[in-house]
Amino acid sequence: MTATLTPARSRADVRADDGPKRRRPRATAGGIAASTFLWLYAAISIAPLLLMVSNSLRTTQDMAQHPLGLPLPPNFTSYQKAWVTASFETYFFNSIFVTVASVALSTAVSLLAAYAFARSRSRLFLTLEGLFLSGLMLPVYLAILPLFFLLDSLGMISNLWSLILVYGALGIPFSTFVLSSFFRQLPIELDEAARLDGAGPFTTFWRVHLPLVKPAIATVVVFRFVPVWNDFFYPLILIRDRGSYTLPVGITRFFGEYQTDWATLFAGLTLATIPLVVLFLLATKQIVSGLTAGMSK
Amino acid sequence: MKTMSAVTTPKVRRKRVATGVTLSRRAGMVFVLPALVLFAVFIAYPLLTALSYSFFSWTGIVRGEFSLFDNYVTLFTKLPYSQDLPNAFVHNILLFVGAMVFQNTIGLGLATLLHRLQRFKRFFQTMYTLPYLVSPLVIGYLWSLMLSPLFGPVNAILRAVGLDALAQPWLGNPQTAIWVVVFVTAWQWIGFPVLLYGAALGGIPEEIDEAASLDGASPWQRFRSITLPMLVPAIGTVSVLTFIGAMEAFPIPYALGGSQGNPAGATDVLSLLFYRTAFESGSSNAIGTSSAIATLLFLFIFGVSVLITALLRRAERNLF
Repeated sequence: MTATLTPARSRADVRADDGPKRRRPRATAGGIAASTFLWLYAAISIAPLLLMVSNSLRTTQDMAQHPLGLPLPPNFTSYQKAWVTASFETYFFNSIFVTVASVALSTAVSLLAAYAFARSRSRLFLTLEGLFLSGLMLPVYLAILPLFFLLDSLGMISNLWSLILVYGALGIPFSTFVLSSFFRQLPIELDEAARLDGAGPFTTFWRVHLPLVKPAIATVVVFRFVPVWNDFFYPLILIRDRGSYTLPVGITRFFGEYQTDWATLFAGLTLATIPLVVLFLLATKQIVSGLTAGMSK
Repeated sequence: MKTMSAVTTPKVRRKRVATGVTLSRRAGMVFVLPALVLFAVFIAYPLLTALSYSFFSWTGIVRGEFSLFDNYVTLFTKLPYSQDLPNAFVHNILLFVGAMVFQNTIGLGLATLLHRLQRFKRFFQTMYTLPYLVSPLVIGYLWSLMLSPLFGPVNAILRAVGLDALAQPWLGNPQTAIWVVVFVTAWQWIGFPVLLYGAALGGIPEEIDEAASLDGASPWQRFRSITLPMLVPAIGTVSVLTFIGAMEAFPIPYALGGSQGNPAGATDVLSLLFYRTAFESGSSNAIGTSSAIATLLFLFIFGVSVLITALLRRAERNLF
């Protein structure tokens, strides 16, 4: 573990070998190459996003004249234009509403189901768990036509609740997968103690287990937030009314209408990205563990 | 606490179950019911129905008579489908191969280097993962602006470093457009393998590597004979998910080439073809034809995913 590799010492690559050299003395040249590679790819990875933010603070005219210029001084008028004139305010709050409600829905129903999967020995529940899990592998979006007709017959096309119900259902496979593996780790003695104290199944779930799986709930919530917030396919088809657009569909319309207004386009893209960056910085740990959740198989 | 229960739990658990601490079937059903209803209505029912749609002829939204494989025959024999389908399919495969190469060379390289790093590790992970979390639609539009022939920064950079010859309308040229889609997709996805390979590398016991090192194994030999085999499960997970992602690709091609896969179908993929056929074609049998596309795509994705998983299971068994 403590094998000191030189680039870890400092960001001054040239003097990378100033650390205590115990093993791997060859690390100098390799170390420089390694950290160059890491920094270079970090730049490739992040530059387009920085450029998006930077260009959103410049005027279109400025961008046409100096494609690589910096936003000095920063100009915020394109945000106002995107937010008000291009209706990003509407799209943004629609997206927030849909994302929060659907993640809450899928997490709530998945918590209940995962608890039953972890605490029941019946064959039936094994089958159901397998059924839910299959949703992780199947390309369910291809069933959009019957879904459209179903929601149409319920009069729910262009209704944000149609998205909430669909996303709520789509979140079940991943959420039950993560949550049930957490519930299984809790010792059965807990249930017995609760039972001796006279608690029924629901009280045991609510008062004993729920507080203990909080970390897993955080992972599930954070990790479902991202795909729901980003999804473009379902609202493209299920939402026909402009006032109910979520951000991704709003952006496609907006790109058609503001084609030459680069500053506003960049501002719009930035607005759609900000909540995710905030979430990522607040919950890096949950995101990392969610992304690697499949590893425990 | 952990060590204690590790010894005793298996027996204890079995005994306790008999005393009825676990949920009864009825109580369990109450817990599962809300999720089951949602899943059945919005996932299972539409999926099963969608498969059946492709076996009927349709007039608008009215289902006609049972036509067995007529819709499938149309797909392979009638224009534009007989041309669009193979064209789009090849692009999906390119997307898969391109992303796999990118992730298992650059991605694996980054993960290996990060694994040995002690400081800045979280910082680099964050940098590499950020694009993966941003909406693919936003990523697609962002790159379309960056690659714009007139004042896009990519061409500006190429000109600034004297590579004027390379500056070109990347998305307007049918030769380069699909490679832009492949690159942008691979670029966005790389954070996932970096994290996953990182987690897998963290699970390899240091002692093995040290023992091999003492026996005189070179770094490459150690990577080849120790690290790589231990990474097989992670590489398998990445392969399956990359395959599914590449076959389902939709927002990035949509943002870069529109629903028509411009220029001239050069960025068309199967999901776009499905979407176009179902919602933009205006053909009276749109539902029948598009459902046939969906069914084929569904079977292909599911079949190959199962196949890759099975092959990997076997590879893992042979390894350990």
